[in-house]
Amino acid sequence: MAILANKDTKLLVQGMGRMGQFHAGLSVAYGTRVVGGVHPGKGGTTIEGIPCFETVEEAVERTGANASVIFVPPAGAADAILEAVDAGLDLTACITEGIPAIDMAKAKRAMCGKRTRLVGPNCPGVVVPEQCRIGIMPAQITRPGPVGVVSRSGTLTYEAVDQLSRLGIGQSTCLGIGGDPIIGTNFVDALALFEADPETEAVVMIGEIGGSAEEEAAQFVKDHMSKPVAAFIAGQNAPKGKRMGHAGAIIAGGKGAASDKMAALEAAGVAVSKSPATIGETLAAHAGLR
Amino acid sequence: MNVHEYQAKELFRQYGVAVPAGELATTPAEAEAAAKRLGTAVTVVKAQIHAGGRGKGGGVKLAGSPSEAKQHASEILGMTLVTHQTGPEGKLVRKVYVEAGSDISRELYLALTLDRASEDFAIIASTEGGMDIEEVAAKTPEKLHTEFIDPNVGLRSYQVKKVARALRLDTPQARKLETFLMGLFRLFIEKDASLVEINPLVVTGDGDLLALDGKLNFDDNALFRHPDIAELRDPEEEDERERAAHEIDLAYVGLDGTVGCMVNGAGLAMATLDMITVCGGSPANFLDAGGGADKDKVKEAFKLILRDENVKAILVNIFGGIVRCDLIAEGVVAAAAELGIEVPLVVRLQGTNAIEGRKILADSGLDITPAETLQEAGERVVAAAQGA
Repeated sequence: MAILANKDTKLLVQGMGRMGQFHAGLSVAYGTRVVGGVHPGKGGTTIEGIPCFETVEEAVERTGANASVIFVPPAGAADAILEAVDAGLDLTACITEGIPAIDMAKAKRAMCGKRTRLVGPNCPGVVVPEQCRIGIMPAQITRPGPVGVVSRSGTLTYEAVDQLSRLGIGQSTCLGIGGDPIIGTNFVDALALFEADPETEAVVMIGEIGGSAEEEAAQFVKDHMSKPVAAFIAGQNAPKGKRMGHAGAIIAGGKGAASDKMAALEAAGVAVSKSPATIGETLAAHAGLR
Repeated sequence: MNVHEYQAKELFRQYGVAVPAGELATTPAEAEAAAKRLGTAVTVVKAQIHAGGRGKGGGVKLAGSPSEAKQHASEILGMTLVTHQTGPEGKLVRKVYVEAGSDISRELYLALTLDRASEDFAIIASTEGGMDIEEVAAKTPEKLHTEFIDPNVGLRSYQVKKVARALRLDTPQARKLETFLMGLFRLFIEKDASLVEINPLVVTGDGDLLALDGKLNFDDNALFRHPDIAELRDPEEEDERERAAHEIDLAYVGLDGTVGCMVNGAGLAMATLDMITVCGGSPANFLDAGGGADKDKVKEAFKLILRDENVKAILVNIFGGIVRCDLIAEGVVAAAAELGIEVPLVVRLQGTNAIEGRKILADSGLDITPAETLQEAGERVVAAAQGA
């Protein structure tokens, strides 16, 4: 078992442009059941063996898909998310970077009470090792095992996963939740899923400057987690008031600094790695895995 | 994206948000003419830079006559204004805004933003106008009123009444606040603002509400649908290297250390700065080459890093997901040949096509130090920077 997806997940690709097609191909090669694509004007065609549809609704009717990954450009991405929600998918992962904040605020609120879980936007997606690849992660660096990985970053997720794999420690699910200020699944949601997943024994969380999601995660760990958690917070040397690549990575009004987040996590019993090179080792020592 | 006060106030006017009359001037003579046209007993000459705290730094002055306005403008134009928001190097003043003086009876604070925690829009109002609002929040939080606005419902009349009560406005003033706030909210939504801050919002002797100052930030991600707002960008106000990076679609932040960095992905780029610091060095910059990094981008990124004379060594740290390491390696080799990079270069390639990429570097005959792990990369580049 894993969280969010597994070998039976039937995936749609919303946005079968260059990026969508390329990553659909990699996901198929990894063994993911990519059952369809959705792209305006391409309905009725087949691209790389994947049947395409005009709407998510039609794609679901015809393929029984229960998840999607979104590669739609920023101007239409919030619409694509709402379409996935409207079609009643279990999961949609939005890879798109650069969605206007107001679009996301409205879409997120409109999702309240609906069944669909959103991962992202501005995220690398989800990998369940040897079962399912949703998004853009280099799945070859993952291996199956007991550690859940959740991160606000893309490439830093790969770094953490690589460190675990090199230590011989596999992952239950690798999940990038995204670098935007408003995201569908936050640390607390992911930690709750990992806590409930019988195959996850420990969790690595990778945070970064900006916002207060890590502080909320610390409180959740303190109150609800029985499994060991290790963490790293990127941006310990970031200047105040500067946006560090991600839309959400900014220390604003003196809030969101790495030091505050690290202190909150440590106080909650999380093992915090000060160096980005020792994320794997920190988890291994804290969880007694090796 | 930030805009100047005079640009913010022009937008306020378009949305029915009351502001004092004013004109932009770029010479002392223009300032004098503007003061004459305004015709008020007192005018205010205000430096136009993208930073707060201008008054304390000597960038805002009252004038009792047009000739005095001219005199103030001649002092302010061309000065390097240092405030708590400019950094010690300050900012050169190129424009002043000449504004009609106002008869101030009360100073209030008003802001509108997207609140990350609640994912609502939020109006923040306080009776403590003209003060540093973070200080008010820290010392007297009871003097701040926050009104949350559902993004799919919008600002409602009753909420304006709550804000009016918090600001202790009388009934006629509360009615004026309705026009004021509704206009401001419409501006926020229609133009994809990320922050509107009015500090102070004043109540005049006649009981009118006026935005005496105006700060407006816009969501960079939404500029594609607002060409009119994108045009308000003032490149003179931006750090030269950050501006150059922006033009070639790289995320760059200048720092004051000696190790230049080129990384793919914002999180790994931040972590690379942390790694360099853990290893006893100091980073010269943050640079996220992004998911679409290719040969040309790598070359441009090197150019940008090398413009910083403090750079004593460069670390290229790539974890290929979408990005292919072989393409990065080709870019590194091409850039090194073309630009004649003289500082030591440490390159770490991992992920997609890393083996091919490392081979390209090794076969190039260039003096490039390879690194396998993040730790090695950090140690080697810091040693190189300190040895240079």
